[in-house]
Amino acid sequence: MGIFYFVAFLSIFFALMTIFTKNPVHSVLYLVITFFTFTIHYILLNAQFLAVVNFIVYMGAIMVLFLFVLMLLNLNKDTEPMKSTLVKVIGAIAGMCLLATFLGAFRVLEGQGELVTGNTDVGLVKNLGKVLFDEFLLPFELSSILLLTAMVGAILLAKKETKEG
Amino acid sequence: MDFIIQNIQGIPLNHYLIFCSVIFAIGVIGVLIRRNVIIIMMSIELMLNSVNLLLAAFSAYYGDASGQVFVFFVMALAAAEVAVGLAIVIMVYRNTKSVDIESLSKLRW
Repeated sequence: MGIFYFVAFLSIFFALMTIFTKNPVHSVLYLVITFFTFTIHYILLNAQFLAVVNFIVYMGAIMVLFLFVLMLLNLNKDTEPMKSTLVKVIGAIAGMCLLATFLGAFRVLEGQGELVTGNTDVGLVKNLGKVLFDEFLLPFELSSILLLTAMVGAILLAKKETKEG
Repeated sequence: MDFIIQNIQGIPLNHYLIFCSVIFAIGVIGVLIRRNVIIIMMSIELMLNSVNLLLAAFSAYYGDASGQVFVFFVMALAAAEVAVGLAIVIMVYRNTKSVDIESLSKLRW
């Protein structure tokens, strides 16, 4: 029981560090640690497939992409002009208002205090594969088209324009 | 394995709700207070991840695999979004030599 609260504390701490660190490279590294704590959460929920995918796709692929772009643009310095203090305070207040709205909405939910137990088998690769390739076959194929489109679009956008055109 | 299952027993569902809302709010604050486009995109990733975790928690709570399949789709969408977003950031940086969000305000012309 204590593990969840400890890991949740770590997640919140590193998420705060992500958005308040000035250096963008440190920010990315803190985000990697945040995603690692999310992987631990998935393991605690016995969602083994999601834990592995989160570990490989988010921590591996996406965070390396962020880091690669930061290094490519040579932004690993504290050169970022920060917003004015007033805008920061207003932004923080707006975020806190959103959080207060969420928490107020949760108070009227039914089934409070019911326990989430991690001892279900739904998160195993076998069960998830059965659902994914049966009920969700069409969305699965469509997501492949989405990824292909994103890949073509990214290459097209990032390619240097030639003068002949 | 039994040790882990024993440790997970007894997390109320609304603690997951509160935890994921806090992470989501941190992501929103990050979008609002930072000017670096890359860090704004990282805050969006944070928000997507908090929703993912909540979907997984509900999926485990109801014993229904659909929630976790949905998380899988959200991850595919996040990968596509990051690829296109970072390509746009590189293109903007090539033109303006800056990743400041204010430099994108010229897009309206």
